[in-house]
Amino acid sequence: MTAPRARRRTRLFRAPSVAVPAAVLLLVILSALLASALTSADPNRADVNNLLAGPGHGHLLGTDAAGRDILSRLLHAGRASLYGAALALITAAVLGVVGGLWAGFHRRAVRLALTWIVELLMALPGIVVLLAARAAIGPSLIAAMLVLGVLAAPAFFRVVAASVAALREELFVDAARVNGLSDRRILWRHILPLVRGPILIQAAMVGAVAISIQAGLDFLGLGDPTVPTWGTMLSDAFTTMGQHPLPVLWPSLMIALVCLSLALLANALRDEFGLGGRAGALASAEPSIVPENDGADPASPAEPAGPAGPADPADLADRAPAPVTGDPDPADTLLTIRGLRVGYQAGATVRDVVHGVDLTIRRGEIHGLVGESGAGKTQTAFALLGLLGHGGRVTGGTVEFDGTELTEAAEHDLVKLRGVRIGYIPQEPGVNLSPTATVGSQLCEPLRVRLGLSRAEARDRVLALLRRVGLTDPERVFASYPHQISGGMAQRVLIAGAVSCDPELLVADEPTTALDVTVQAEVLDLLRDLQAERAMTVVLVTHNLGVVADLCDRVSVMRHGRLVETGPVADVFGAPRAPYTRELLAAVLDDAPVRGPLDPVAPAGGRPTTEIGGTV
Amino acid sequence: MTAYVARRLLAGLVLVLAVSVVSFALMYLSGADIARHILGDNASNEQVHAKAVELGLDRPLPSRYGTWLNAALHGDLGLSWTSGETVTSALQTRAQVTLSLVAGATVVSALLSVALGVTAAVRGGWLDRALQAVSLLGIALPGFLIALFLVSAFALHLHWFPATGYTQPSDSVGDWLRSIALPIAALSVGATVNLTQQIRGAVLDGLGQEWVRTLRARGLPFRRIVLRHVLRGAAGPALSVLGLQFIGLIGGTVVIEQVYAIPGIGQLAVGASVQGDIPLVMGLVVATGILVVLVNLAVDVAQYALNPKVRLS
Repeated sequence: MTAPRARRRTRLFRAPSVAVPAAVLLLVILSALLASALTSADPNRADVNNLLAGPGHGHLLGTDAAGRDILSRLLHAGRASLYGAALALITAAVLGVVGGLWAGFHRRAVRLALTWIVELLMALPGIVVLLAARAAIGPSLIAAMLVLGVLAAPAFFRVVAASVAALREELFVDAARVNGLSDRRILWRHILPLVRGPILIQAAMVGAVAISIQAGLDFLGLGDPTVPTWGTMLSDAFTTMGQHPLPVLWPSLMIALVCLSLALLANALRDEFGLGGRAGALASAEPSIVPENDGADPASPAEPAGPAGPADPADLADRAPAPVTGDPDPADTLLTIRGLRVGYQAGATVRDVVHGVDLTIRRGEIHGLVGESGAGKTQTAFALLGLLGHGGRVTGGTVEFDGTELTEAAEHDLVKLRGVRIGYIPQEPGVNLSPTATVGSQLCEPLRVRLGLSRAEARDRVLALLRRVGLTDPERVFASYPHQISGGMAQRVLIAGAVSCDPELLVADEPTTALDVTVQAEVLDLLRDLQAERAMTVVLVTHNLGVVADLCDRVSVMRHGRLVETGPVADVFGAPRAPYTRELLAAVLDDAPVRGPLDPVAPAGGRPTTEIGGTV
Repeated sequence: MTAYVARRLLAGLVLVLAVSVVSFALMYLSGADIARHILGDNASNEQVHAKAVELGLDRPLPSRYGTWLNAALHGDLGLSWTSGETVTSALQTRAQVTLSLVAGATVVSALLSVALGVTAAVRGGWLDRALQAVSLLGIALPGFLIALFLVSAFALHLHWFPATGYTQPSDSVGDWLRSIALPIAALSVGATVNLTQQIRGAVLDGLGQEWVRTLRARGLPFRRIVLRHVLRGAAGPALSVLGLQFIGLIGGTVVIEQVYAIPGIGQLAVGASVQGDIPLVMGLVVATGILVVLVNLAVDVAQYALNPKVRLS
């Protein structure tokens, strides 16, 4: 137990972000402690012949308005300033940690009472309370810092109480109790190691606040004038600041140095303990954006979606029968993807998740894009919309939509295309509506922005659309917020949104995966009807072969970011060429998970029907 | 909604009462010879005793608090021991100055932090890192150091603004603006930095949401989505921080007013504190408490208007 802890401690102080501010602080503390040894000048001796002298003449930093040696005062003042701050810090830490543990461990009543006291303490600006205390007690560094300590205790109380409460949730405290460990043992062995990081961080921050408030009080003239502190030095020098700025500069520098070191230390500790929230990741050099997780198709850099190196033989075997069916007449083709590669920035390298996909989508067809999770289906769909996740980009190949090359297109050209010519249905209805806007307003917005409809026109059209997608009370849904409608309703809303500007191409990314089975069938019927009545071309991303068989004209099978096989559904499912397609189909027919190499048993010819209901 | 506001007001009232009881008790129980303190060392014991009786110091503490509370509920916070002025009028004449500083700083930091936070989150890269580094300075440095720096740079060296003093807006609006510009700037730094961090984080969170992609897929420009949808989501947490910052700004004015010699509540508070003017200090504490309760309530109500999911309970 001791060895790793010691190792951690050494590692902690070896990080320059910790070591440098810690060393600066140590130097300041030492200089204050050794003030008498470092300078022979008396901090309080007034040299009346040498008022406000500049640096030199036996006074390294000059003298102040009373002719006292600034360097000596600066070093000696450090004692009182640091001592005061330490007093406040210790008071706050003891009260806060003990109170936090108490509140975390004990009954609701205790917790509520302590929380109320904390709220009371935080209700007033600290300085107002300190002013009131000063009025009652008079000028006293110790009293002021004790009061400040009480006021700052909530900073510790909150992190400790929250940590302990979270631990209780995790039950292992109860488990430890059952195992007969005493409260004290639980405290030392389990709780303190966990709250140590947050406590250290709070300590650095409260220390900075204490230094700054202590100096502030003295600067206001509320401190004890007989004790030199950085704050009283500032206060003295402030009156002559117009003519003599230097005496103000020195104490300012000391205060800034200490506060900045403590803030840097808090930051570095936060990083070292891995507590850097995104909002507070102050000094971290990385632009802190978490790579996003694309729902059920996590072809994101976090999970390698296939061998990034040279393709392994199995893949080549899969590809052996070159993607089938000759290119159709260009006039029939709406979308042509050639050699599409998509990569995500992972540190310094780019990791490919789509390794050269060829796809031809004909006008008016429903084209299924199938494959297991991580095959790169969704990333292909995002790439053609120009909406790859953070860090993602097209690293090769072309996407030609109706004669326009999309991979090179500027964002403002893509914006004109999206919604109006290419629609998109996402897979998770629950997270794909803006939570702070009503359903109606977010459906109307594209109609007004892209098609220039008036408010009333947009409203009428949206209400008609909501009715069309099978919502029985469109007015109510229109006025609802997303959290007020069910998942099935939300998916219908998203479908309405996707077709609202009459796109020629609709990209549906697993549109039914998140829905109940009964709702799935209804939504698929709706998609089929909408496609027929609007003569849309649909790319249906799915891992459900039954859906493909039911709905699609043609199908492309993907695996590991590559296209395995493509062709009319009847051909591909009836006589699959690629071994992987056979595996998929066999898995569905056997109603069993995909297995290793198996005998390719092609289903009897003819178009498989909806009986292929399983998923892969 | 009305019930919620009423409940919160009641809770706030309890809080202010508790604050007044605690501070009343602490101030009168501190053991200082208040009458002696007021009259000075030269006064005779008889004079001191007469003064103590005059101030009611001979009566038991609960009865004194009862008298104070009864008067306070009728809008009478007593007389200042040093100036003889009523506490309420002393507060009133200075409130306008301080509130204009605090309100100005609130507006400035809200506007700046939205611009900076959104830019940092959306642009990222060196701009974000530079803002992070600057904000560390803003967080670490005490307000009075920033104020001193601004005075020496923009008043003493560049002479763009007066170093000290306050001009009434009724005298000259231009001079009034010039006189509050530096104090507001000094006050705003801390609040701006904290708010910027909050907004940056919330916008980053928002940008990672899938609905952003879906709205983009419907042809809405990215900028519009950020400003109308993502920022709206970020506004809730930012508003909470703004509420906290407002309390911090009230505290901040105490020091800032001293640096810039502005006759506001802060200066009054420092004077009252040094002179041990208990009625005035009590009035300040209670007035601040009421202001804080009202600001928190306003934040909660605005929160409700911004985020339909917030259930007021």
